[in-house]
Amino acid sequence: MNKSENSTAVADKLVHPMSDLLRMDRMPHIWCSSCGLGTTLTCFIMAVRESGVDEKKIAVVSGIGCSGRVAGYINLDSFHTTHGRAIPFATGLTLANPELRVVVYSGDGDIVAIGGNHFIHAARRNMDMLVICVNNFTYGMTGGQAGPTTPVTAKATTAPYGCYEYPFNIPYLAIASGATYVARWTALHMRRLKNSIAEALPKKGFRVIEIICPCPTAFARKNRMGTGLDLMKYYHDNSIIKHGADPKEADIQMTGKIIVGKFLDIERPTFRDFLVENVSAQIGRK
Amino acid sequence: MSGDHACAEGGLAAGCSFFAGYPITPSTEIAERMSERLPEVGGIFIQMEDELASMNAILGAAWGGWKSMTCTSGPGFSLMMENLGLGIVLETPTVLVNIQRGGPSTGLPTLPGQADMMQAKWGSHGDYEIIALAPNSPQEIFDLTVRAFNLSEEFRTPVLVMSDESVGHMTEKVVIPPREKLQITPRRYTKKKPGEYLPFDFGEDEIPEMVKAGDGYRIHITGLTHDKRGYPVINAEAQDWMVRHLMRKIQKNKHRIIQIEEINIDDAEVVVVSYGISSRVAHRAMDLAREDGIKAGMLRLITVWPFCEEKIRELAERVKAFVTVEMNMGQIALEVERCACGKAGTFLVPHAGGEVHNPEDIYQVIKEAAK
Repeated sequence: MNKSENSTAVADKLVHPMSDLLRMDRMPHIWCSSCGLGTTLTCFIMAVRESGVDEKKIAVVSGIGCSGRVAGYINLDSFHTTHGRAIPFATGLTLANPELRVVVYSGDGDIVAIGGNHFIHAARRNMDMLVICVNNFTYGMTGGQAGPTTPVTAKATTAPYGCYEYPFNIPYLAIASGATYVARWTALHMRRLKNSIAEALPKKGFRVIEIICPCPTAFARKNRMGTGLDLMKYYHDNSIIKHGADPKEADIQMTGKIIVGKFLDIERPTFRDFLVENVSAQIGRK
Repeated sequence: MSGDHACAEGGLAAGCSFFAGYPITPSTEIAERMSERLPEVGGIFIQMEDELASMNAILGAAWGGWKSMTCTSGPGFSLMMENLGLGIVLETPTVLVNIQRGGPSTGLPTLPGQADMMQAKWGSHGDYEIIALAPNSPQEIFDLTVRAFNLSEEFRTPVLVMSDESVGHMTEKVVIPPREKLQITPRRYTKKKPGEYLPFDFGEDEIPEMVKAGDGYRIHITGLTHDKRGYPVINAEAQDWMVRHLMRKIQKNKHRIIQIEEINIDDAEVVVVSYGISSRVAHRAMDLAREDGIKAGMLRLITVWPFCEEKIRELAERVKAFVTVEMNMGQIALEVERCACGKAGTFLVPHAGGEVHNPEDIYQVIKEAAK
């Protein structure tokens, strides 16, 4: 056996240690080289395993976009819905079967632009679901258009002179709308992100984890920010871990610090709690 | 009981345990009734933030293992079109009720219309086949809501109940049969084991079996064009396979879906074609024509989609003309014209909506058609 045949044979035997949680028959994935989405997915499947939650009872719901493709790669019950509508689909799913741990895994454009209304209302209701919102500041799948998270002055294919809109601050939006667990990490913070997902997954109520993620092909290229690795270095140098930080201070600018950490972790009755306690009690009295 | 309330009761009788909706006249009373009744039977009512969310929530609930429905009207029906398409592509059993009002846009919120019939057929983008039923009384909206649930389970697809404001707000006697007398189609869950089951695999009848989330099947379901595993495949071949299957599933089985009522058809020279509230007025016009010695008959469409093509073709061979009566400017009339193939005359009694036809106007057209 010559050297190249040998290396091919080795490669054939190389199996991802958590391949049972991935749909290996769908690999290779569509994500670009040095995109952060693969890292976030690795953190997610590690967290699933660590959390001890029954994997049969986890359902992942995605919308549309690069992040929306997660549902197609994860070997759990998974639903790839329409653009922006993962949260209302997940609402029906979680209400029909309270045993399910429902995870919405999608992008910033999907969740806070076209799906923004669903996001705030599901938070208001404290609906049982974990929302993992991968924020790469752009619409990657369609080639790098500006969106509701694009920082002011950032360039995009639909903002050639620089973005002239204020972006959403997702943790602030989530908390103001009623979420009960809110954290932000970057794709660099693998261990902390994994721990955060593992912590939030078994909880009740509306939980949000924002993941700041490099998009080397669209966002970074348009803004001359380098490769995914350069962005990871940027996160390394500019992230400040500040648990319990005031979310008002967590705005993300084109340059400057990125506040990460767990902003909020509280308990309040969920939609189902109210339903069971209030409505059932009244019907019982009838 | 009002038509809207009868519709809600039909849903409950069929086993609906999840309702998601958004208030909109004249369908709101269905939601109100559901909000009161569902908790009594262990179900869940949720008022969503809009109709986009409502349609998605009922799809999610269906995959969670429940029978689900929503109702809407006018602009709400337009908003539901996006995810009606998702329901069709995911082959999800659920029921959408449209209590039609006058359009376009905000139109006539409190008054009837039947101008969403083509939207029911073509409203979501892409090619597909749909099932739509058109009740003409509170009793029939009860019966057809039950049937809509049964058809949605039988064919694993969303089913539309296309009613109108007149029927929705009309109060008439409604008989709700005892549970044991109702025929209820259960969900067709697969007996296959995880690993063997494919969510879009089907046999001769084109209808795939169902599972629900949380049962260990680790399904993947996508609104993208997909193969029988549910995996996205982005090419013309997969598109051809999937779209033809979605069409065939309804077309091949239309003999099991189509319901029509024939009145005085045997010797008829002029056949009035109508559905929903208009059919009740058209019936009166047909009686007037008969009194006048005109051999008029009526074909009432209880199932509007899929359309009863064969029936129209067969009648076109022997009748003089068709007179289509509908509260729009001519929608189902186009289908009648297409199927009549020029072999019989085709007349339309249009009405822009807001009130039912005057039977006299219909009678005049029947007279004209009989000449």
